[in-house]
This record gives sequence, C-alpha cells and structure tokens, in this order.
Amino acid sequence: MYSEKVMEHFRNPHNLGEIKDADAIGKIGNPVCGDMMWVYIKVGKNKKGEEILEDIKVKTFGCVAAIATSSMITELAIGKTLEEAKKITRDNIARALEGLPAIKMHCSNLAADGLHKAIEEYEKRKTKV
Amino acid sequence: MKIYLDHAATTAVDKEVIKAMLPYFDDKFGNASSLHQFGQEAKEALEKSRETVAKLINADPREIIFTSGGTESDNWAIKKIAFTNEDKGNHIITSRIEHHAVLESCEFLGKNGFKVTYLPVDRYGRVNPEDVKKAITKSTVLVTIMHANNEIGTIEPIEEIGKICKEKGVYFHTDAVQTVGKVPIDVKKMNVDLLSCSSHKLYGPKGVGFLYVKKGTKIAPMIHGGGHEFCLRSGTENIAGIAGFAKACELAQKNMEKWNSHEKKLRDKLVKGVLERIPESWLNGHPEKRLEGNANFCFKCIEGESLILHLDDKGVAASTGSACSTKELKPSHVLTAIGLSPVDAHGSLRLTLGKDSTEKEIDYVLGVLPGIVADLRKISPLWKGDR
Repeated sequence: MYSEKVMEHFRNPHNLGEIKDADAIGKIGNPVCGDMMWVYIKVGKNKKGEEILEDIKVKTFGCVAAIATSSMITELAIGKTLEEAKKITRDNIARALEGLPAIKMHCSNLAADGLHKAIEEYEKRKTKV
Repeated sequence: MKIYLDHAATTAVDKEVIKAMLPYFDDKFGNASSLHQFGQEAKEALEKSRETVAKLINADPREIIFTSGGTESDNWAIKKIAFTNEDKGNHIITSRIEHHAVLESCEFLGKNGFKVTYLPVDRYGRVNPEDVKKAITKSTVLVTIMHANNEIGTIEPIEEIGKICKEKGVYFHTDAVQTVGKVPIDVKKMNVDLLSCSSHKLYGPKGVGFLYVKKGTKIAPMIHGGGHEFCLRSGTENIAGIAGFAKACELAQKNMEKWNSHEKKLRDKLVKGVLERIPESWLNGHPEKRLEGNANFCFKCIEGESLILHLDDKGVAASTGSACSTKELKPSHVLTAIGLSPVDAHGSLRLTLGKDSTEKEIDYVLGVLPGIVADLRKISPLWKGDR
C-alpha cells in the first residue's frame, strides 16, 4: 500500500517532537478525522540576511502517511527561506515520498498547510511587535 | 519472529483440513451432478460434509446450503427474505454494530422501499432484547442480529431475541461468522431461522460457507441455475472446499472446549498485562460475554494504523478500528456505537488469538507493545505526558 520511502520515514521519522522556544506553531487538523499536526518553527537568517527556517519539528497524531509527511516536510523546508517554504505544496511532499495512496493525499495537504500556518503565525506575530 | 494475532480476520487452514481437501482436486474431481462414478464420489463427499456441518449447529442436513462464505450468506438471507416476504411487510430490524455485509444489505433495502430500524447497543456492545420486542411492528418481516461482534467480541443474547421473534412470528437471522466452532450453537434452542457461517474463520479454506435455512422458511434462491443445493443456490459445488470446511467443523466440534480454554487463558494474560503496562488504556467489549480469543483495546492519543504497522515491523499481525485503515476514513461504527469518541476509536487495537497461539507470543507482545505506544505518544500533540 505504501512506498518504501513512506515506510522509511514512518519507521524513522525525522524531526518529530517539539521546539520548546519555537517562534511560532502551526496547529492544524482535527483528531476526530484521525489526524492532527502541530508544526513548530524556529526562524533564523541566512548570509544574505533573509529569514530562513532554521529548525522545524512536528508533533503528529495520525496514520502512517501523516507521520511520513510530517517527517518529509521538515526535510524539504529546513534551511529554506520563508518565501521558498511557502511555495512547498502537497504534491512536492507526495513526490518526495515516491507517491501516496490517493485516499491519503489529504495527509500531505495537512503537512503543507501546517507549515504555511506556522509561517503565517510567525509573520503575524512579527507585525504586532 | 512472525506472530499472528488476527484470527478474527482469517485463520490458517489446518493441516488435517488440507489433507481432507486434496483428493477432491484430482483423484476425486467429479461433478456432484454427474450420474457416473466420478460424480457419485463427489456427491457422497458433499452429502457427508453436509451432515458433519449440520451436526455442529444441531440442524437437519437439508437445512444447510453451502455458499461462497459469510458475505454471500448474509446478503442472501437479508435481501431475499425481504423481497420474498414483501407481501407481509417492509420492515427490517438490525443493530448498529453488524458486519458491513449485513449493514450494507440493509441499507440497500432501505433505498428500495424497505424501512430499517438500527437498534442501539449498550456500552459493552449488547443489544437489549426488550428493544427488539418494542421495535417489532405488524410490518416487520426480519430481525437480523449478529451472534458475536467481529471487532469487540461481544456475544449477543441470541436465544432471547430468537424467542421474541418466534412469538411475534418474524424471521430471525443471525450472522454467526465469528462464533460457529467457537461458541456452542443449537439453532433449535436458539430459535434461529437463518444463520450465516464462513469456513475460513475456523481453520477451513476461504471461499466456502453456508446459510442455515430452517425448514419451511420462505426464501427465494440466491442463484438460479441447474438446481444445485436444493434449488436454492445453483452452480457446481466446490467439493474440495466443502470437504475441507466439513473437516474444520469436525475438528472444531471435537476441540471446542480445549481451544476455548487455551485462548481464554492467554487472552486473560494479555489483557491484564497490557492494562498494567500501558497507562490510559482500556478493554472494549463485554468483560465476560465475549469470544475467548478476542481482546480489543483503546490507547489514548495515538492512532491505530501507525500502531499496527509498527507492530507489523516487530512481526506482530493485528488490526484496528481506526479510520485511517479503512477506505471511508470514518472510525469503526462498532466503537462509536458503544459510545467511544471518534478520537478514542482511532486509537483501537484488536488482537485475536487462535488455537495455535502460544504463551511465548503473548509475552513477546507484552514486551514490544508498551514501547510502541509510548513512542507514538511522544510525538502526539494530544499526549500531555504520563499522568
């Protein structure tokens, strides 16, 4: 049912957990539907002075696909500028995982949306300050 | 390490059953409808099998109609009783925790002019016979309630429901796929008119089952054709499968008590061990009135598909009522019917033991399961740490 890549990330998920002093958290999903993600981000700057995602961690309640997409989004987004990270789509995640069963595509949606929400939260907070 | 704890899904065919089947693939390959010796050999095997199977549920051999399995038997019983007795009424009664083969058949009838009552169950998954009594109206033609639930193992008060149906003159069907060979069944004492059974749940081959149809029951054939199975289910009989099924029934009848006490001992150890080792967990289903081999747990704040695939990595085959393991992405209708929230229903684990399960296997599961649950909780946003 799942690709080898999905199972690899499910068995040894990268960056799952939390960042204690996160700059923002993107909370998404609904446990009633079986999956929920909290995406923690830590923002830093690159040499050009652009804001980048220095660290990402995800807490996930959900199925194999939910855990694998959580892991994969951190792989795809860590080190990226905020603008680049906003462009990551669910298809990018699914492709990086060598495909997801059609019925599980909403999981990759969740991971991308969770990250975008975290960035949004961060930017909202920044404008308030 | 390969540990199979999903016996409610299917079982391995017993070696003796395989032995009983083999001659009917080549040496005795005849068509039971043929008049020559090849055919008669097959016919003899068919009728002897029918007798053996009938004995297990105290039926008359003529009341056993071989089918392709539980799903076919359920479909046949429900749809054909409804359509054959339409002149009497258009009301069907069932429960909310039936197998999909029953529920989908009832829903189909619901879309085709029938009224269906879906009875609730208590928190253990038991149907109240009084509810059945109250639900029966002048237009009720059929009550269908399962003998034991496939997910949580709860055994239903079939005898009491059967009595009510008999008094009211309503046909009573029970899906006994999980109980034949495990719980003693006497169709006469239980006042059952129709009963579905599947061979592969009791160490027989897949693709065979039967529908018990009590003498005098008004029901149209499942399949029209050459008049096989008393003109009720045509098609050349699957003699090898039926012979294997009969052998499985014979073994079950002989060993029922032994297998049950073996499974109960291991299951009780498993339940006690899991609940002691894993905080925020509980057993679903009835504490006593349940199948001896069934254990169904909930673990707070985790999701079942992840749990069973981690168990699979450790060699343990199990199942879950989580939405993520199904096509419709809804949590188990059984777990929500007993009052669990959808979130908790997602965190369910079903372990079903069999005659060949061993204590070593249970010890192994008790060794690996707490760690897997703890790891999943560690990454769950719902988990607030051990309390």
